[in-house]
Amino acid sequence: MLLNPAQQRHNLYRNLKSKIMVGLTVAATIVALIPLFLVLGYLLSKGAASISWDFFTKMPTPVGQGGGGMANAIIGTFELVGIATLIGVPIGVGAGIYLAENRGSQLAQAIRFAADVMMGIPSIVIGIFVYAIFVKPFYGFSTLSGSIALAIIMIPLVTRTAEEMILLVPHELREAALALGVPRWRTTTSVVVRTAISGIATGVILAVARVAGETAPLLFTAFGNRFWSTSLFQPISSLTVQVYTYAISPFADWQRQAWAGALVLTAIVLAMELGVRWVTRGTARVAR
Amino acid sequence: MPDKVIVRHLRASFNKVEALHDVSLNFAENRVTAIIGPSGCGKSTLVRCINRMHEVVPGASCTGDVILDGENIYAPAVDPVQVRRRIGMVFQKPTPFPTMSIEDNVAAGLKLNGIALARADRDRLVEQSLRRAALWEEVKDRLGRPGASLSGGQQQRLCVARALAVEPEVLLMDEPCSALDPISTARIEELLLELKATYTIIIVTHNMQQAARCSDFTAFMYAGDLIEFGETKQIFTNPTKRETEDYITGRFG
Repeated sequence: MLLNPAQQRHNLYRNLKSKIMVGLTVAATIVALIPLFLVLGYLLSKGAASISWDFFTKMPTPVGQGGGGMANAIIGTFELVGIATLIGVPIGVGAGIYLAENRGSQLAQAIRFAADVMMGIPSIVIGIFVYAIFVKPFYGFSTLSGSIALAIIMIPLVTRTAEEMILLVPHELREAALALGVPRWRTTTSVVVRTAISGIATGVILAVARVAGETAPLLFTAFGNRFWSTSLFQPISSLTVQVYTYAISPFADWQRQAWAGALVLTAIVLAMELGVRWVTRGTARVAR
Repeated sequence: MPDKVIVRHLRASFNKVEALHDVSLNFAENRVTAIIGPSGCGKSTLVRCINRMHEVVPGASCTGDVILDGENIYAPAVDPVQVRRRIGMVFQKPTPFPTMSIEDNVAAGLKLNGIALARADRDRLVEQSLRRAALWEEVKDRLGRPGASLSGGQQQRLCVARALAVEPEVLLMDEPCSALDPISTARIEELLLELKATYTIIIVTHNMQQAARCSDFTAFMYAGDLIEFGETKQIFTNPTKRETEDYITGRFG
């Protein structure tokens, strides 16, 4: 006999314990996923009916008229987020490179701390801040101010992910480039950042997806607009603010449109997340 | 044989802790010099001082002179980047650039230094470097594949090829075989014997048979001091110092 009865009983007990623990973790995963599927299912059931070609191409209609769409809000969201990305990504990636390449310096520690604090600041506070220093003294509500608010939210996210990704690049690669007589700046740009680029791109897309869903900071900055506008210096509509306005309105057809807007916004964010997966499909090999 | 590299009174430290105490020795041109000694004795620090890679580590510093062809590479006016182009280095772990193909890895030293080559010249350089590193026959049909797709031993020879492509005068090798199997190790050792016709080679190794097989001179270091330095045959058959004899006969270390 391989094992005496006492050992066999002990092994059975261990196997049982293992199964119970696995079962509990599976259950926790399922519970965690339920809200996600409920949200997606509810959005689909409520919003899908109001999605039509018109929704993407027509302007909002006055109350009671029915029909219409959110063309201006969709364009507005892309414009706001696009400009925020143009402002936020170079600053964030640049700061991330600095943090990773000068890890020990006092300035780096201060910046890292500030970035972590900034990530914790409620987005509405950033909206009020931009309102106070930019909206009031300058053009009033505008696309640019909305983009600045979103960029301020993006910068610490991009900074910290860029730093983490660059730190994942093995030190030996940096030394190998330096030992070839490559200057430090060139080593950083052409070897280190290039090796980390897919990870950095992931961080950027996640940050973009995050700010695409922001509402609060836009209330004080981009404000919203019932009409067509792409001007940098005029208020502009966005999906999030439009959904907010329509959802709290007392009108049934506006509420339906709010569901449709929420669905479109979710689809955009989901598409970006899938984009991340696509961009990073090769990273496991690179980050080794 | 004239001396290619002369090290004089070299002291190196990490965060004020001295790792190398007043080391002086000469490296003969077109010869292989092996540096042996137990872990932590300062072998790697010594070779990293020779191409000014020591100072890349935060908190590291060194004093003393390293003279390459009569010129002190630690003179204030000398750019460490220029020194590293003349003194190449191969590390313990193979480090092909993961974003680059095999041929781009070989040409990396030139490309990253902003030296543009005509396609034909570049191809010739890639082939010549890979041939010198005894890797050409194995990779000539897949130069566009990622450098990381090669085996460990091939990757290490790719790193040798990459170092040779910048046409250095001295090649530093810091335990280049420690991550390789015996067959790959043998290939690298054969390579050393071929390369010494053109280059001055300094190799750090933990493997005493390797030092005995492929070096002309051997330096034995212990606890940051150079204990003994001489012709390899003499060091291994008739060492003058007690510590050297104890180490090479395996009584310590």
